[in-house]
Amino acid sequence: MPLTRQPCFLSPVPIPTRFTIFSFCSDPATLEGIQWYSCYLTTGKHLAFYMSFGTVLLLLAVTAPAALLFGFGGAMAARARFTPLSWLGKIYISVVRGVPDIAFFLFFVIALDQGIEYLRHKVKCPDWDEPIRQGSDFLVCSIAKMPLGDAPQWLHEAYGFSLAVLTFAIVFGAFAANVLFGAMQAVPHAQIETAAAYGLSHRQTFWRILVPQMWTYALPGLSNLWMVLIKATPLLFLLGVEDIVFWARELGGSKTAKFTAYPHPDWRMWYFLGLLVFYLVFTRVSELVLDRITTRLAHGQATVDGEAQRKAA
Amino acid sequence: MSCYQTLQDYAFRAFGYGERLLPRSDFTLCEQFTLIGSGLLWNIYFGVIAVTTGFVLANFLALGKNSKSAWARKPAEWFIFLFRGSPLFIQFFFAYFLFLSLKSVSSIFNPLSSAWAGALIVLFLNTAAYSAEILYGALRSIPKGDIEAADAYGLSGWTRFRRIEWPTMMRLAWPAYTNEAIFLFHATTLVFFSGFPAWQQKGDALYYANYFADKTFNPFVPYPILAFYFILLTLVIIAVFGRVNTWLNRHLPQSKRPKLKFKPNLIR
Repeated sequence: MPLTRQPCFLSPVPIPTRFTIFSFCSDPATLEGIQWYSCYLTTGKHLAFYMSFGTVLLLLAVTAPAALLFGFGGAMAARARFTPLSWLGKIYISVVRGVPDIAFFLFFVIALDQGIEYLRHKVKCPDWDEPIRQGSDFLVCSIAKMPLGDAPQWLHEAYGFSLAVLTFAIVFGAFAANVLFGAMQAVPHAQIETAAAYGLSHRQTFWRILVPQMWTYALPGLSNLWMVLIKATPLLFLLGVEDIVFWARELGGSKTAKFTAYPHPDWRMWYFLGLLVFYLVFTRVSELVLDRITTRLAHGQATVDGEAQRKAA
Repeated sequence: MSCYQTLQDYAFRAFGYGERLLPRSDFTLCEQFTLIGSGLLWNIYFGVIAVTTGFVLANFLALGKNSKSAWARKPAEWFIFLFRGSPLFIQFFFAYFLFLSLKSVSSIFNPLSSAWAGALIVLFLNTAAYSAEILYGALRSIPKGDIEAADAYGLSGWTRFRRIEWPTMMRLAWPAYTNEAIFLFHATTLVFFSGFPAWQQKGDALYYANYFADKTFNPFVPYPILAFYFILLTLVIIAVFGRVNTWLNRHLPQSKRPKLKFKPNLIR
């Protein structure tokens, strides 16, 4: 799939579909004030803009568990007894965190895409004898393309989105791995020793003693990570997904009467102000919810928080 | 073309010196190393100035947030919330378009819509907010005994702050502040991807890495080079901040000095 970061710009003909929510919107040129705005804000493109907030939420809903899974895998690898595996886990954690995350986003999207196409190429066209990298071209046989050249548009978009999710999961998985690794180390060692004394195997100790107890220690780090994840969602734009940043730029740019029924000067500043407010509200609400969860989880725990709750009761 | 020639042509290309045209085909490893390294100068420029100026503002903000008077506390709290609660990427976009519309008001605002000034202001305010939160946390956790001892010695007001509170605050905050500085340097890579134009293709390290990746359609060379540079930069920052940390804790015996640990857990 060629990475199309350039959005398709407005076509020079007025939008043909006269889909309107309010009946008085049929002739926008005659409108004024509130009516103009209510029509302007419900055009098809604006509805697509509102839908893209859903894209952001969907990304968060899919990425958070995926990143947690990657993080769990990374943390398990890092504390493995098999030395090369533990190195692998530690390298994953420290390299991803030592380099700007945006560089990883830009890297993984192309690298994953090429990796998938390369593997499919090897499987589907074993007789192909030309080199894959020719100068600055990346050539695989046509049936190895992802998605296939004749695939419908939604498949291309879904593929792009899932690449983005995978990239997010890899990058934030490293951060989650660090948090979980720390949490696993923080579980009191006496617990592990007791488990060993009871004759539990290494695996049983891990799943029955360590994992259930580590979450209290991991929660502060994980809630921090959640806030970071929220604030990383606008980077979707750089991965070629039509997200809120894409639409804010698209809709806010100045429009002349020749191209649209709703001409206006450059309003991108106001659109981005809207996004700023959206993120502020979103992080504030998350903060309040996470605070409540922390309080609830601390209940009955042998920590400072839990002790404070016990005294207050 | 020898590598030395490339170095002469492109070492300061990011600031507009040397060869005007970027290489277009048959990219050598030397060209990629040189240009990406040249772009790194922008990251260093943004990072160094934003960290030093942001540090000053952060001190005032932390004191403001700790103040009893609502007139000082509320603005500081709102400022910190505004910049910590929203993505830096959106802040860049908003600031850029704000500066663009200011441009039509007066020509004084012209430099603001270019990256060297506009993006620097955003980075300055952003790091000030993040650092202020760290310093505020440190200010709140100054041991009670230190203050009592200061009182017993008859220190109060400005003297107590300058001699006792501020140094202790710095000591407590320094490890976390080191991480904040590292992340600020990482965040500088966002500048040229967020509206601010790279005029005459004068961009930062990521801008050139992306240029090479787009042209060769091969991400496996330029991005690892970028990673190499940034890991190097991170090590330099840790070394510099480590020296300051040693200096801050010079009154303690060697074994009791807190060690700096690279523990990045906040990105914007």
